[in-house]
Amino acid sequence: MNFTEYLKYLTIGTLFGFVLMKSEVVSWFRIQEMFRFDSIHMYGIIGLAVIIGMLSVQIIKRWQLKDMHGNPISIPPKDSSQVPRYILGGTLFGIGWALLGACPGPIFALLGSGITVMAVPVLSALAGTYAYGLLRDRLPH
Amino acid sequence: MFDLLHQPWSWYVAGPVLGLTVPLLLLAGGKMFGVSSNLRHLCAACHRGDVEFFRYDWKSAGRWNLTFLAGTVLGGFLGGFVFANPDPIQLAPSTIADLRALGIQDFHGFVPDDLFSWSALGSFTGLAVLILGGFLVGFGARYAGGCTSGHAISGLSDLQLASLIAVIGFFIGGLVMTHLLYPLILS
Repeated sequence: MNFTEYLKYLTIGTLFGFVLMKSEVVSWFRIQEMFRFDSIHMYGIIGLAVIIGMLSVQIIKRWQLKDMHGNPISIPPKDSSQVPRYILGGTLFGIGWALLGACPGPIFALLGSGITVMAVPVLSALAGTYAYGLLRDRLPH
Repeated sequence: MFDLLHQPWSWYVAGPVLGLTVPLLLLAGGKMFGVSSNLRHLCAACHRGDVEFFRYDWKSAGRWNLTFLAGTVLGGFLGGFVFANPDPIQLAPSTIADLRALGIQDFHGFVPDDLFSWSALGSFTGLAVLILGGFLVGFGARYAGGCTSGHAISGLSDLQLASLIAVIGFFIGGLVMTHLLYPLILS
């Protein structure tokens, strides 16, 4: 990757982090509100993000758009036969998401906003990822 | 314009902009939006043992995404520090009432100081939230093959059944934690 490539992904990531803060989806309070069904806020954001994502993926596929380097864009499908991993892994993730009030993107965005204690969940999330790597062969997928 | 940078964005503005991350990354280099893969790349980068899951060329696979993650931190700095909103979040009154009843006292920033401060690490509750919460986010995301970005946004955008199942799992876990376990943890 050359300098322009780094700058490109850094810019998109910065936009992402900025929207995470401005939309308040990084907030433990907003996650509590969401799981209590007390506001449309989080559902509206995720719902509209999915609609925009869906429309753009359809356009990219139908028109067979190429990326900036001229390469065809291929999106590998996920293996939906592995139901246990999605349900069990998803449920464990959901327990952690509600407990911490932040998923991976927001953990890092909050750290950037100056909440230094978020370095702790960064490390514990890395430990969790490592633990999965160790136990992977013994878990139902 | 300056107001727009300081004020919080309503959900119908923020949602579409957030969704644009998907086509931007696809058009930039055919990349699929997903934040939690970076946790695996970081493990692989530090890994010195023989765990097969972390033995791959993390540099060529993950350099773009780790750069994106650095941008996320920078975006957090800009959106949450440089252009911080000085006012408390406009939460639903019923949520505030529920949380007050559970003992939460600080409603000023993005997160309550009661749970998110270095001194909170000295309490059982703080340890549970910051350490167990983070651990489960990391473990669960890799077990499920993605987090909120990879499954709920990217996966659903591509109409993947697997992602829909994972998102149902996210909600089962989230509802159990919020309604059954959190009242026990905070009491």
